[in-house]
Amino acid sequence: MGEAIVVTSGKGGVGKTTTSANIGTVLALQGKKVCLVDTDIGLRNLDVVMGLENRIIYDLVDVAEGRCKLNQALVKDKRFDSLTLLPAAQTTDKMAVKPEQMKKMVDALKEDYDYVIIDCPAGIERGFRNAVAGADHAIVVTTPEISSVRDADRIIGLLEQEKQLTPPRLIINRIRQHMMKNGGMLEIDEIMNILAIDLLGIVLDDDEVISSSNKGQPVAMDPNSKAAQAYRNIGRRILGETVPLMAIEEKPGLIQKIKTLLRMR
Amino acid sequence: MSLNRPLVTLMGKKDGFVLVLDDTCAFDALLEELKQKLSQNQTRYREGPTITVKVQAGDRYLKPEQRDELTRVISSFHHLKVAAIESNVMTQKEFEEKRVREQLVSVNRVIRSGQVLSIQGNLLLIGDVNPGGTVTATGNIYVFGALRGIACAGTGDSNPQAVIAASIMEPTQLRIGDRISRTDESQLDELRNDHFLECAYVDPDVDKIVIDKLHQIQQKQIIPVMNADM
Ligand SMILES: Nc1ncnc2c1ncn2[C@@H]1O[C@H](COP(=O)(O)OP(=O)(O)OP(=O)(O)O)[C@@H](O)[C@H]1O
Ligand SMILES: [Mg+2]
Repeated sequence: MGEAIVVTSGKGGVGKTTTSANIGTVLALQGKKVCLVDTDIGLRNLDVVMGLENRIIYDLVDVAEGRCKLNQALVKDKRFDSLTLLPAAQTTDKMAVKPEQMKKMVDALKEDYDYVIIDCPAGIERGFRNAVAGADHAIVVTTPEISSVRDADRIIGLLEQEKQLTPPRLIINRIRQHMMKNGGMLEIDEIMNILAIDLLGIVLDDDEVISSSNKGQPVAMDPNSKAAQAYRNIGRRILGETVPLMAIEEKPGLIQKIKTLLRMR
Repeated sequence: MSLNRPLVTLMGKKDGFVLVLDDTCAFDALLEELKQKLSQNQTRYREGPTITVKVQAGDRYLKPEQRDELTRVISSFHHLKVAAIESNVMTQKEFEEKRVREQLVSVNRVIRSGQVLSIQGNLLLIGDVNPGGTVTATGNIYVFGALRGIACAGTGDSNPQAVIAASIMEPTQLRIGDRISRTDESQLDELRNDHFLECAYVDPDVDKIVIDKLHQIQQKQIIPVMNADM
């Protein structure tokens, strides 16, 4: 019997889908059987980020409405045999599925998979309730911006009311080092002070994330990218290992070094 | 009815009259004798300043309309003003209301954005109020944590005497009774760099909500002394 983890944020566009895809990938890399579930009905993305769009035959709404069996809707990943995707429907809207139906599907998937990773849509309405219905654990994604942190706080409040969930854990995404240093973004400590939940990991803002998404290949596959390292650490923490936080301090580049030297004189 | 024992006793004290009412006779008889007594006394005090009257009804339960009646009779004598009507007896409902009004409710959690915690009585919150979160209480609010959202104290009958205290006071908005104060960014910076454990109250001198260190408020005796049983 596996466990289901929902990836939420409240605010849109902060990196839920990216996080889901990469966590799924790193867990598969660790040899786990993983099923990704896209619950963003009407605005599905996870298939694109995973590069699986052209393999979709049936979707989650087809399963809910009995047009196909759950297994028929699952799409096999290109890279890993142990990784599959249950895609969202693109043509209908969120109201097409009820939370009870979602829970049934997730429960069935937990029988066959070690991890079921549920990508939640933005917002706090039906889509959110669908995504949370079958989950055992929750991950909240935020960026170091005040509006994102505010929405994360709201979501944490809602998640804490779900009795079946363990306390939610936090991922701070898209940290930009130079802005942190210049005080242009909220500090990690400041965010942790307000949200007061456990930190699962921090992910730097990394152009590789966008370019690999565009290629339909999660960045976690690229061992040289900084973000990939962050996702691997997050994966290991999900598996229960204690991994220290990545040092955020970037080694100053050559130009930076010269600048520093010049200023010193 | 025995005439040798008076139903109404009027006593002069330093700060006004105390009216002791018999608590076994009929209410109408009481009113009759009260009117008589007061008009007998009237001539003696008419020239002086207004005198306050404290009514002691003993073990008699007074209905709200009976309280009104007493007040009306007493203040029909222009030199008299009712300060208080006291009775040893209250209905269960009144008792329950008083109990709820004076209770201290402790809550141990974080009030997050979008959440509202409303309680009857005084609130002791062990945890933070985050930006976008709200706590309200008919009495006082004490936050053992950071107050970064909205706090409304004295909501019941718009009590301006209510106070809001917090370990870390960085609120977006405070309301006490019907007074509202907003915190702007510059104030917030000041609050952040400042001190620990602060209290907000309505300063009668400026008729505004002010935030102050706790010891200054104790000096001004704004915080009501609490009963030991609370
Ligand atoms: N660490 C990162 N560095 C750089 N770009 C990122 C990072 N994380 C996410 N992005 C980019 O941000 C955009 C939004 O990400 P994503 O689609 O994962 O967000 P989402 O929360 O799922 O959005 P929605 O609410 O619309 O579902 C994408 O273009 C993605 O490539
Ligand atoms: Mg998404």
